[in-house]
Amino acid sequence: MNERKGCESGGVLCRLWHALRSPDPRHTLGGILGVGFIAGIIFWGGFNTAMEATNTEVFCISCHEMRDNVYQEYRNTIHYANRTGVRATCPDCHVPKDWVHKVVRKIKASNELLHKIMGSIDTREKFEAKRLELARHVWKTMKETDSRECRNCHNYDYMDFTYQGRRAVKQHSEGLTQGKTCIDCHKGIAHELPAMADVDPAAVTGLAGKAPRVGSNEK
Amino acid sequence: MRVKMLVTSLALLAAGVAEPVMSAPPVTSLRGMLDIDAPAKVPELKRYQKDGEPIERNYVDQPPLIPHRIDGYQIDLKFNKCMSCHSWKHYKQYGATKISRTHFIDRNGKELANVAPRRYFCTQCHVPQADAKPLVENTFKPVEALGGE
Repeated sequence: MNERKGCESGGVLCRLWHALRSPDPRHTLGGILGVGFIAGIIFWGGFNTAMEATNTEVFCISCHEMRDNVYQEYRNTIHYANRTGVRATCPDCHVPKDWVHKVVRKIKASNELLHKIMGSIDTREKFEAKRLELARHVWKTMKETDSRECRNCHNYDYMDFTYQGRRAVKQHSEGLTQGKTCIDCHKGIAHELPAMADVDPAAVTGLAGKAPRVGSNEK
Repeated sequence: MRVKMLVTSLALLAAGVAEPVMSAPPVTSLRGMLDIDAPAKVPELKRYQKDGEPIERNYVDQPPLIPHRIDGYQIDLKFNKCMSCHSWKHYKQYGATKISRTHFIDRNGKELANVAPRRYFCTQCHVPQADAKPLVENTFKPVEALGGE
């Protein structure tokens, strides 16, 4: 046999390689293409369906780590319930919309599966101990992508400041000119914040030491 | 003595059963005259002032009122949302009223570098405002020194 040249030892991989490399005398090119086309649709459709199935809130809270911690907190926020009923579910904020970034994120999620198996945050105490680190990961990603997932819905170009409150107008105008991104200010909008003593020492209590100096701006 | 008390109370009870007080108004529960199975009428939610200029004080040492909504503000051991604007560190940037210096003094008179635990939970004294009808009539007027008439 011509195609088996060099495979006298009979290695499985070697024979498979030669079978793939040689022309098929029994089937027509059209038949092969047709079967390939239909199989392609099935496999691609199946792949995408499976991926979209992991992009649902039901999937996210099928793990108790998500259901008992972050999901319960999210239920008290405006992205869960509001007057118009428009919702942003877990993947709307935590999974990119466009395909390439989405697949990259899904591959990165294998690390989350590893930690699920290791039980890194399988109790409330473990989760609270890790909360700051986990939050920092999300803040860092949001910062790097210029809050891409926020902007899927909240677009500066169409944000009418005249309808906003006086504090929001000021902050959004300044943020826009200073090139700030959403997450710079809007931390902890969908989940409780971690212990923030390191992030913003002015926003916690009980640090012994000197009070702020009485300056000229003292009222 | 005890027997006498018992007899008296039995007598009173008997009198009460025999002659109920007719003039007493019918008792209404706080739920109103509703069947026990019927759901109570839910009071309308108050709409808090979304955002506004600082509100004048009515008397000396009044905790300033909050002229904006504070829905969903996290105030706990981990973080105080109010302080992300009203702290000495941030008030200029956000144009907010800064927290009073008295809030840094703990109960022993010791000055801390940060808000004292007893002054940390802002909403114990500072409250947002809704356009709500007063429950009882109130004729309070601020003193002249504070802009009253």
